[in-house]
Amino acid sequence: MNGITLTLRTLHRGERHLAHDLVTVAERHRTEHEVHHVATDLAGWSREHVRRLAEVAAHRDVRLGDPPGTSPDGLFATLREKASEAVVHRPEPGLLLLRDLRELHVAAAENSLHWEMLAQAAQASRNSELLGLASACHPRTLRQMRWTNTMVKNLSPQILNSL
Amino acid sequence: MEEATDRIARPWGGRTPYGRHETWPARVDTFLAQGVDPSAVQRWVQSASILHSDGDAMDIAVADGRMVGVRGRDVDRVNRGRLGPKDLYGWQANASRDRLTRPLVRRDGRLVETDWDTAMDLVASRSRELLDERGPGSIGFYTSGQLFLEEYYTLAVLARAGIGTNHLDGNTRLCTSTAAEALKETFGCDGQPGSYDDFDHADVIALYGHNIAETQPVQWMRLLDRLEGADPPRLLCVDPRPTKVARHATVHLAPRGGTNVALLNALLHETIRHDRLDRDFISAHTVGFEELAERVAGCTAEWAADICDVPAARIEEAAELVGTTDALVSTVLQGVYQSHQATAAAVQINNLHLIRGMLGRPGAGLLQMNGQPTAQNTRECGANGDLPGFRNWQNDSHVADLAKVWNVEPERIPHYAPPTHAMQMYRYAEQGSIRMLWISGTNPAVSLPELSRIRSILTQKRLFTVVQDLFLTETAQLADVVLPAATWGEKTGALTNADRTVHLSEKAVEPPGEAKPDLDIFLDYARRMDFRDKDGGPLITWDDPESAFEAWKRCSAGRPCDYTGLTYAKLRDTSGIQWPCDEDAPEGTARLYTDGISWAHPDLCESYGKDLETGASQEVVEYRSLNPDGKAMLKAAAYLPPHEEPDEEYPFQLTTGRTVYHFHTRTKTGRAPQLRDAAPDVWVEISTEDADRLGLAEGDLVEVASRRGALHGRLRVTGIRPGLLFVPFHYGYWDTGNGSGPGPDTPGRAANETTVTDWDPASKQPLFKTSTASLTLVERGDGSPSPAPTTTASAPASAGAARPTEGGEAAYTAQVPAPFPHGREEGAQ
Ligand code: SF4
Repeated sequence: MNGITLTLRTLHRGERHLAHDLVTVAERHRTEHEVHHVATDLAGWSREHVRRLAEVAAHRDVRLGDPPGTSPDGLFATLREKASEAVVHRPEPGLLLLRDLRELHVAAAENSLHWEMLAQAAQASRNSELLGLASACHPRTLRQMRWTNTMVKNLSPQILNSL
Repeated sequence: MEEATDRIARPWGGRTPYGRHETWPARVDTFLAQGVDPSAVQRWVQSASILHSDGDAMDIAVADGRMVGVRGRDVDRVNRGRLGPKDLYGWQANASRDRLTRPLVRRDGRLVETDWDTAMDLVASRSRELLDERGPGSIGFYTSGQLFLEEYYTLAVLARAGIGTNHLDGNTRLCTSTAAEALKETFGCDGQPGSYDDFDHADVIALYGHNIAETQPVQWMRLLDRLEGADPPRLLCVDPRPTKVARHATVHLAPRGGTNVALLNALLHETIRHDRLDRDFISAHTVGFEELAERVAGCTAEWAADICDVPAARIEEAAELVGTTDALVSTVLQGVYQSHQATAAAVQINNLHLIRGMLGRPGAGLLQMNGQPTAQNTRECGANGDLPGFRNWQNDSHVADLAKVWNVEPERIPHYAPPTHAMQMYRYAEQGSIRMLWISGTNPAVSLPELSRIRSILTQKRLFTVVQDLFLTETAQLADVVLPAATWGEKTGALTNADRTVHLSEKAVEPPGEAKPDLDIFLDYARRMDFRDKDGGPLITWDDPESAFEAWKRCSAGRPCDYTGLTYAKLRDTSGIQWPCDEDAPEGTARLYTDGISWAHPDLCESYGKDLETGASQEVVEYRSLNPDGKAMLKAAAYLPPHEEPDEEYPFQLTTGRTVYHFHTRTKTGRAPQLRDAAPDVWVEISTEDADRLGLAEGDLVEVASRRGALHGRLRVTGIRPGLLFVPFHYGYWDTGNGSGPGPDTPGRAANETTVTDWDPASKQPLFKTSTASLTLVERGDGSPSPAPTTTASAPASAGAARPTEGGEAAYTAQVPAPFPHGREEGAQ
C-alpha cells in the first residue's frame, strides 16, 4: 500500500520534472525547430500524466500537485529564448542540444521504469484502476524515449564531426 | 465543343462526356505561337509536361530550330491529348531573353560572366578543400522536382558514393514527402497504389486538401467529363476554399486549418460504428485494426465538429458517402501534406481504404498525389532523402546490395542515420557545419518558409553556394557560382508522374548560349572530382541520358520501382508506361497491391516506420513483431492542436497555395505572357463575413503580417472559410525593383515571408498552411479589383466584382475531339 503511494509520488515528481524540462529545452533550442515543436508537444503528454496521477492518487486520499504551466518561469524563458536566437549561427549549441536530449532521455527512462514498477504492483494486487493508468501512460513515456533516442542518433554525426 | 477556345478564360476547355466504366475519349489540344501556321511546323518532338504532376504527354512543335508550340498526345493514357494552361503556354519561357547563357562567379561581391572551365574548377576545388578540411558532411545538395530521372540518379551516385555525404534532398520535400512517408507507413514502401484510370470507374471520389482543378487540371477535365456523362461520380471535397471541386461536390467540408486528423478520425469512427467494413480484407491484408478501432472510439462526429468547426451532420454525410460506396477513389495533396500532422492525416486516409477493402481494383484506389512533376523520380532515385530503388537505409543487406550495384564498399554509402532532409540541411548551413550548398533547379529564397531566415543563411560569407538554373532567380542572385542550365525541350530524359507513368522527353531545340543539360553539369563535376569505384575504375560509367537510364535500370532491378522492362525505344513507341515494368509485366503495371501487400515484409520494406506524432524511428525488431508477415499497417494517431493558434495580435489563420496559372516560383510561368497576365501579382483572399466586419472591400491594399514577416497584396473577397486568409505562394521578387527580396521601395510580396519554420515530424515536410496572421489596411482600393483570377477558387463572392479573367486571341487554343486510339486503358498500349 505504502509502496504504491510512494511510487505514485515518485512518478508524479518525475513526470512534473520531465514536463518542465521538455518546455525548457523547447525554449532553449527555439532555433532547432523540430526539437522546439516536438518537445513542446511531448511536454503536453507529461502534463497529462501528472494530472492523471494526481486524480488516481486522490482516490487514495493522497494529494499530489497540479501539472506545471506551459512556460514555467517567464523571465528566464525569455532570456533563454533570446540566448538561443543570439547563437543561431554558431555550432557550439549543438553540443548543448545533445546534452539536453540525453538528459531528457534519461529522465524519461527513469519514469518508464517507475511505470513498469507501478504496473507490476498493480497486477499483483489486482488493482485495475492503477493498471489502467499505467497502461495508458507508459506507452507514451516509451515514445518520449524513442524520440530523444532518434534525435540523438540523427544529430550526433553532424554535430560531433563538425566541431 | 468549339474547335478553338481561350484557355485562360476556360482553363479546362470543352467537354467530352463519358459514362462510368467507359473509356475517356481523347481531345487534342494544340497551341501554336501567334502567326505560326500548322503547316510551318517541321518536326513534332515527343515530351511530357514538367509544370505539374499530371505528367501530360505532349509533342513540341519545332520550326527553324525554335519551339513554336505544343500539342497533346492522343495516344497517351494519362491525358489523351489534353493539356492544361501551364502546359499550353509555359514553354514560351524557354525563349525568354533573360535566360542565363554563361556561367557567373562572384568577384568582389558581384556576379560576373566567366567560362565553364573557370566556374567548374572553382566548384571542384572548393569541394576538395572542404573534403580535406571538414569532411563530406560539410557539403550538401539541394535539388528540384523538375529535373529528369537520369539527372537525379547521377546526382545521387555522386553525392552518396562520390562525396559520401548524407545531405542530399529535393524541393520535393515541400510537395510530396508526406505522400512518400504515408505510403511507407502503411505499405512499408513508397509507390502509388492506384492509377488515374481509376477515375473512370469510381463511384465516389474523395479529394482531401486537393484542389485538383488547379494543380492537376487535366485530371480535373476527366472528372468534369465524367460529371457530365452517365452515372457520374459523387465528390467529397475537403478544402477551406470555394474551389471548383467544392462547387461540384456532393459534400463539401471546410474545416478549420490544422484539424485534418480530427476530421479523419471521425470518418474512421463513423465507418467502424456503422460496421461499413470489409472484415475479410482486414484480416487477410492488415495488422493493427483493434488498436485503430480503440483509438478512434471516442472520435465522434460531434467531437470532431467542435474541433474542425464544421457541422456534425456534414461529417456524418461525408462518412456515409465514403462508407457506403462500392468504388472509392481518394486523392490527397497539399491541404493535408503542408498542414499540421501531415503524415498522421494522410495515413488515416490509407486506413479508411484498408478497412473498407478499397484497394487494388478498378475504381477502388488511393492516390497520394505529388505536387511536383518529377517528384516520383527524386524518390525512387534517392535524391530526396531515401536510398535509390526504395532501399532501406536501416537494412544492411539493402545497403550492401546498393554497394554492389555501384561497386563500392558499403561503408562508402552513408547510412548511419536517415538522409538529411532539406530543412535540416538549411539548419546545418545556418550553424556553419555545412559549408557548401549546391542548389539545382529550385529557388529556396522564395519557396522555403520564413524567407528572411533563408536569405540570411544563403548570404553568409562562409557558405559557398552553387546555383544551377535557367534564370537569375532570387536564389541565384545570392550565389557564389551560377551555372546556366538547359531545360525541358533542350535535353533528353525520362520523367515519372504521380501514377507511376514513365514518359520520355526528348530534346527539341538547342539550349541558349552555353547553357548545358543538368546531366552534363553533374558528369563534368564527377570527372573533375575523379570519383572512383573500389577497383579504381570511374564511379560513374555513363556519359549521356540513355546510358544513365540503363545504369538506373540496373539499380532498380528487383525493386518495387523496377524499370528493367523499359527502354528509350519502347517509350518512344508506346508513350507512357507505368512501373514496375519488367519481364513479368512488360506492359507495365496499372495497380499495385491487386493481390495483397507486396513490399511490407521486414526483409523487403523500404522503412521500418516512424512514430506519426513524434517522428521517432522504429527499429527492425519492433517492425518484425508488429508486422511479421508483411501486411498493410493500420496506424492510429491522436489529434494534437496546431502549434500556432489565432490570438488577439494575429487573429487569422493563414493558408497558402498554388493556382492554375502559376507554378513553383513563377520562374517559367511568370515569363509566359498569357499565364503572367492572368495572375500578374500576389493577392489576399478573405471571406465576405470578415471583410464586412472589418469594413474592407475588393481591391483594398492590405498588409498580412505574422511573427516572421509581412507582405502586401490587394484584397479579394471570396467564399473562403471565415477566419482564414489565403495568399497564393511563390510570387517572388525577380520581376520587382529589388531582385531577390523586399527592399526599401519593395514591400514583401512572397507568401513565405510570413510562414512558420515548422515541419511534420514524420515526413519532414514544411508546414505552409498553419500560420496565424494579422491583417491591416494599407490603402483603400481605387475601384480596380485585385489581380486574382476570377476563373478559379479565387472567384469573387459577388459576381461582377472583377473583370472576368481572359487571355483573348493570344490564348486561342485548338481542341479537337478524337477517339482514344486504344481499346484497353490499363498499362501500356
Ligand atoms: S508549387 Fe511549390 S510547393 Fe507546390 S508543388 Fe510546386 S514546388 Fe511544391
